[in-house]
Amino acid sequence: MSDKKAASKKSSKLQAYNRVGYLMVAPFVIVFLIFSVYPVFRTLQISFSTYKGFGPMTFVGFTNYARVIKDKFFWTALFNTLRIWIPNIILQLGLAFLLTMVFSDVKYRFRGLPFFRAVYYIPNIIAVTSIAFMFTTLLDWQHGSVNVGLHQMFPNYVPIDWLGKKETAPYVVSVISAWQWFGNSFIMLMAGVQGINRDYFEASAIDGANRWVQFAKITMPLLKPIFLYVSITSFIGGLQMFDMPFLMFGDTGAPFGSTMTMIMYLYKYGFVIKPKQVGYAGAIAYVLFILILIVSIIQFKLMNPKED
Amino acid sequence: MGAKVWKTFVYTIIYLAMIILAVTCMIPLVLTLVNATRTGAEISRSFTFIPGDALQENWEIVSNYFNLFLGFWNSLKLAVPVTILSGYFSTLTAFALAVYKFKGRDIIFYVIVVFMMIPGQLSLLGFYNLVFQLKMIDSYVPLIVPSIAASGTVFFLRQYFLSILPMSLLEAGRIDGAKEWYMFHRIAIPIVTPAIATMSIGAFIGSWNSYLMPMLLLNTPKKFPLPVMLSTLSASKDMAKNQGAKYLAVSISIIPVVIAFCFFSKYIISSISAGSVKE
Repeated sequence: MSDKKAASKKSSKLQAYNRVGYLMVAPFVIVFLIFSVYPVFRTLQISFSTYKGFGPMTFVGFTNYARVIKDKFFWTALFNTLRIWIPNIILQLGLAFLLTMVFSDVKYRFRGLPFFRAVYYIPNIIAVTSIAFMFTTLLDWQHGSVNVGLHQMFPNYVPIDWLGKKETAPYVVSVISAWQWFGNSFIMLMAGVQGINRDYFEASAIDGANRWVQFAKITMPLLKPIFLYVSITSFIGGLQMFDMPFLMFGDTGAPFGSTMTMIMYLYKYGFVIKPKQVGYAGAIAYVLFILILIVSIIQFKLMNPKED
Repeated sequence: MGAKVWKTFVYTIIYLAMIILAVTCMIPLVLTLVNATRTGAEISRSFTFIPGDALQENWEIVSNYFNLFLGFWNSLKLAVPVTILSGYFSTLTAFALAVYKFKGRDIIFYVIVVFMMIPGQLSLLGFYNLVFQLKMIDSYVPLIVPSIAASGTVFFLRQYFLSILPMSLLEAGRIDGAKEWYMFHRIAIPIVTPAIATMSIGAFIGSWNSYLMPMLLLNTPKKFPLPVMLSTLSASKDMAKNQGAKYLAVSISIIPVVIAFCFFSKYIISSISAGSVKE
């Protein structure tokens, strides 16, 4: 009897202190519901209306979505975004991967990882505003240090208008982005390598595996989840590219709209044109989200064919 | 013998390549600092890494455009509260999610995970609309308060608590009659301080560098943080004359983050590494 009483007393006491949990998560939950959850659903609601940023909402069903699908400028913006993102990701992950190979090599054991890692990461901590501004100034056609320097080295060099031609401008953004992000990818991949159990390498070395085999059969497969993580986050980030092209080329995506990315296109309808077409911008946001979702799933399946 | 020569050769080539890459990372920054001390005409005429003597002159031109100290101060007024709020409340929420058993706890956790994967552009329009409805356009409140709910930080700290905080320590505290809040402040926080520091540096740099939200939500130039203030400068296109001044403005915005990085690079790098190994 008294045991039971003690037990129930204990469990009620257990519940008593667990109740503090509600109080502790309350600020988070309230702010999260208001500023994170509500806006996502509000955007969804807006996307089904002709909302102009003020006044009443008239609901029009899937009209905005149908318009997005048929809007050739939306697809051009998607094309522009990919044209910037693909060279960027190849350069960024390629460099990160090569560096990971170098620093995880068991034979040569290169030194200075903390130093190089820190230096490679520096471009990433600087505000995109500063970076965009710095490169627009450096790459200026007539006065920029890049063209002045090239002309100094090669007197026959005819200055290239890096930012003014649609053949070069998108790729300038790709290269600057890769410059800014390869250090980040490298740190992530390297963290993955350092997480691999050393025993694997020693055991396989005893079995006569050379370092290329070790890299292909141990490092690569164990690195795959992180590679997947890095490439998916970079893809999601890449499709949302906004700050850099916006700051370097303005809201029209000059030259000739070649740097108009999808978020810049969304921004145009949601914030720039008068009167605003917020409803249409909302539909753009959700179509973009669905595209990201589909590609992420495909990417995930491709990298993990056996799982699921 | 041949193998040794080959080995030296490989070392030389690869170290050289890595050093060139490191230089590539630094050149634009160094060039910006150097150009900040030269006049616009000098920069247009020749390329060099030798500093000039026009620092004062450039500073006067920059000062005519805007008050950089004010931008600095505004950035601090945003970044400091954001860092403190996200640090304290994320730790509190993560602690509660890791330690206590209460109804809805798992749902909260799943919702956090789902929202970490939702791209920001889905909330952009709704967020702006909400701020508009709350009549908080041109206020710092919507730029600061949401940091109370930093879901990524909560996720990270929860995992950290689960792996590092011994529940027996809390049990012992309870037997000694310690209050839960007391244990949170006196036991839990000290144990996870390194993780909080890591996340806080990220929060600070993120807020210091953020552009889109302050640009959308603030109208009064006197309230602009540094990045937004700097972006208004690009509107002035008189390159030949003001180039040096532009570089000086960029230099001033870069220097504090680079200095902070020199001190905290260990924490910053460990936070990125944590991000990649967290699954």
